[in-house]
Amino acid sequence: MSSTPLVKISNLNFAYESRPILTGINLEIPRGKLVAIMGTSGCGKTTLLRLIGGQLRASAGEVLVDGQNVAALDNAALFKLRRRMGMLFQFGALFTDLSVFDNVAFPLRENTNLSEDLIRDLVLMKLHAVGLRGAHRLMPNELSGGMARRVALARGIALDPMLMMYDEPFAGLDPISLAITGELIRKLNDALGASSIMVTHDVPESLKIVDYIYFMAGGKVVAEGTPDDIRNSTDPFVHQFIWGEPDGPVPFHYPAPAYAGELIGGRGIHA
Amino acid sequence: MLDTLRGALTRLGWRVTSRVQRLGQASRFLVAILLGSGTAWRRFSLITRELYYTGVLSLIIILVSGLFVGMVLGLQGYDTLQRYGSSSALGVLVALSLVRELGPVVSALLFASRAGSAITAEVGLMRATEQLSAMEMMAVDPVARVVAPRFWAGVISMPLLAALFSAIGVFGGYLVGVVLIGVDEGSFWSQMQSAVDFRLDIVNGVIKSFVFGVLVSWIAVFEGFHAAPSAEGVSAATTRTVVTSALAILASDFVLTAFMFTGA
Repeated sequence: MSSTPLVKISNLNFAYESRPILTGINLEIPRGKLVAIMGTSGCGKTTLLRLIGGQLRASAGEVLVDGQNVAALDNAALFKLRRRMGMLFQFGALFTDLSVFDNVAFPLRENTNLSEDLIRDLVLMKLHAVGLRGAHRLMPNELSGGMARRVALARGIALDPMLMMYDEPFAGLDPISLAITGELIRKLNDALGASSIMVTHDVPESLKIVDYIYFMAGGKVVAEGTPDDIRNSTDPFVHQFIWGEPDGPVPFHYPAPAYAGELIGGRGIHA
Repeated sequence: MLDTLRGALTRLGWRVTSRVQRLGQASRFLVAILLGSGTAWRRFSLITRELYYTGVLSLIIILVSGLFVGMVLGLQGYDTLQRYGSSSALGVLVALSLVRELGPVVSALLFASRAGSAITAEVGLMRATEQLSAMEMMAVDPVARVVAPRFWAGVISMPLLAALFSAIGVFGGYLVGVVLIGVDEGSFWSQMQSAVDFRLDIVNGVIKSFVFGVLVSWIAVFEGFHAAPSAEGVSAATTRTVVTSALAILASDFVLTAFMFTGA
């Protein structure tokens, strides 16, 4: 196995029109590791995943995946690279008109010439890995949120990707589903020999399963380290985030004029 | 005063340039659909499935509306023609009205409301629930896999639905004119047969409905694919599909009629 990181991001900037989202991002995802990217909502975490997957193009800097500059690839090369990536979207993004079985079979049918018999075996194996082999006939609207996430996970690993990306995999899950999903993410990463990037703001679950953490705020990486480093960090932002304090470097109040001045002198202001 | 005028002109300019930009975007999208149509035609089952949703499920509204439009034509046509003692020409009036104009135009308007809006809502919701993004990340082009089959299903369905609309409309006119009012059956059918020209009337009607099929399907998939990923976004896109389609159908109908029926 090569020692070069699977994903290397250097001096990455990204802006929606003139609104900067990411500035000067540098990070690496080593091979075989599960790395979390944490930060407050809207700090650019999901945008970062889309840049790695080539769905967005950086304004400056570069994203290297397995040595290939994603932004420089043409469509055919990008699709070839994506066949080696899997992605779990925030709410699963299952195809609502297809059954659980057909959802997991979708990437296999579209990207390979395997026979239906072989596809059937592979799909049942993937579903077995996430504990849902018995649910293969169900439609997505018959699944709970946690089950849908696990089906999407089975679909994400259908092509045995070298890189798995998870966008808020724990959002909206009950504690049992959350623990199951967390354990699956760790186990699948190790079983597939893949590397994984997990965008999340679920602190306790992430610290249990990941190898390394990057913290983002305001479109920048503000802290990084192993779970132990993060737990013992004295950085005010990391401390506020880990302990869920309502006020700190991330203020409780949205920027506003002085409170007293607005109440006394702003009689003319109406909602 | 000058500032108000400048503001109004700026807004007008912005609206015009944004419309032109959107038209350009839609044209590029149409080219992408045509280039990405290979998959849909090679795997025809993708189109067949959409034919069911866009075509077969539109049958009821098309057939019922066609019947009523034909019956109204029978009533109104008889009322006018009998004043001039020409009630035997009722069959001609009903048939020409339907195959030249009402068949293609009304069925296209109904198709835009029934199938066009459904396509936009479905594709828009796929966008809002990240299904299209998921497809891209699985190295599958959503334009080829989702958009092209729906586009071609609409293009194929529209002329067939318009033909059925006209056929059932003629039957509606017959029911009212011949069965109910008592116009002579022989002259109803024979005058219709001699007055309706296959090339001039039927083929031109089919060409019209084909053009409307392209327009409605194009607008529906474009609006759905580019809908803002929210409930309001999908709702607005669906409304735009129906309104834009109706305007496009009526405007293009005028242009096509001007070219096709010059009285020569």
